[in-house]
Amino acid sequence: MAEYLKIFISFFKIGLFTFGGGYAMMPFFRQELVEKRKYIKEEELIDFYSIGQCTPGVIAVNVATFTGYKIKGVSGACMATFAIVLPSLIIIMAIAGALTMLSDNEFVKHAFAGIRIGVIALILNEVVNLFKKTVKSKYQVAVFVLIAIVLFGFNLSAVLAVIVAATVGLVKFLRSKWQ
Amino acid sequence: MAMILMTLFYEFFKIGLFAIGGGMVTIPFLFDLTEKFNWFTAAELTDMIAVAQSTPGPIGVNMATYAGFQTAGIWGGIIATLGLVFPSVVIVIFVSKLLKRWAENDCVNDIMVSIRPAVVALILQAGFDLLKISVRDYFSALFLVAFFVLIYFYKKSPIFYIILSAILGVVLKL
Repeated sequence: MAEYLKIFISFFKIGLFTFGGGYAMMPFFRQELVEKRKYIKEEELIDFYSIGQCTPGVIAVNVATFTGYKIKGVSGACMATFAIVLPSLIIIMAIAGALTMLSDNEFVKHAFAGIRIGVIALILNEVVNLFKKTVKSKYQVAVFVLIAIVLFGFNLSAVLAVIVAATVGLVKFLRSKWQ
Repeated sequence: MAMILMTLFYEFFKIGLFAIGGGMVTIPFLFDLTEKFNWFTAAELTDMIAVAQSTPGPIGVNMATYAGFQTAGIWGGIIATLGLVFPSVVIVIFVSKLLKRWAENDCVNDIMVSIRPAVVALILQAGFDLLKISVRDYFSALFLVAFFVLIYFYKKSPIFYIILSAILGVVLKL
């Protein structure tokens, strides 16, 4: 029982004190899981970040599930996952509830009018960063252009766009096998 | 109510399965939900992104909780988060031993090399869709350009820019 409590506290803390998600969370994972508790090794954490890029889902949740599984099997995995999302559940619902009550407030309205524009600038900046980080070959530029044309021209859903891109990748793989 | 919760779970399960590459990738999928259901509007989605980025925790989880709460209250928040997390928990538990080999497989690699640029295009389109809703005059367009330049050249945390844009919104009465 004490082991479950320790798992819970570790991941609850990570969920509560880390901002930014994804890569921003890595130093906190290292400090809590590798250095302090010694649940996983440094290499395992790095592996998980590289694997996390090619499996679906939230990377932080994947690391939590994996670590919990390593310590206590399926029940450990469930405990760690529950603990890392619990702070989000509580904080977000409290804020969402408060904002709904304040939605008629003049100040809040103006603040969110500003925020809505700021957020778009943040998203566009994220696009530029992601493009620089992940689009590295002429082939990838071509896939980017293809998907952008399909998206803007035909209003394809996000799920279908991912399936189309995966199919293009599969064809690329099969062609390289044939040659 | 039970019907809404089931649909919520199904839709967020799909997002958990297809949104490969982190929290921001869920934005285009959530935008699709605004067109398919009347759970929340695109303007509300922008607010969710702002809150999700400036509160602790994984961004993808924060957005799912907010979107679910907006749709069906506390249970909605819980069910949407559960739906988002479920695919990755199952994948990690059942294939955690194979995962490393999976990441080094040539076929998986070719598929991932193709999905990554697609995901960038997806976020770009979602950004434009949200832009069309929030930027309605020259003044707000100017505000957006100034902000983008500021963010691009002074890499501070998103929270800093969200607070700054809130203050400017109040001061300039946007």
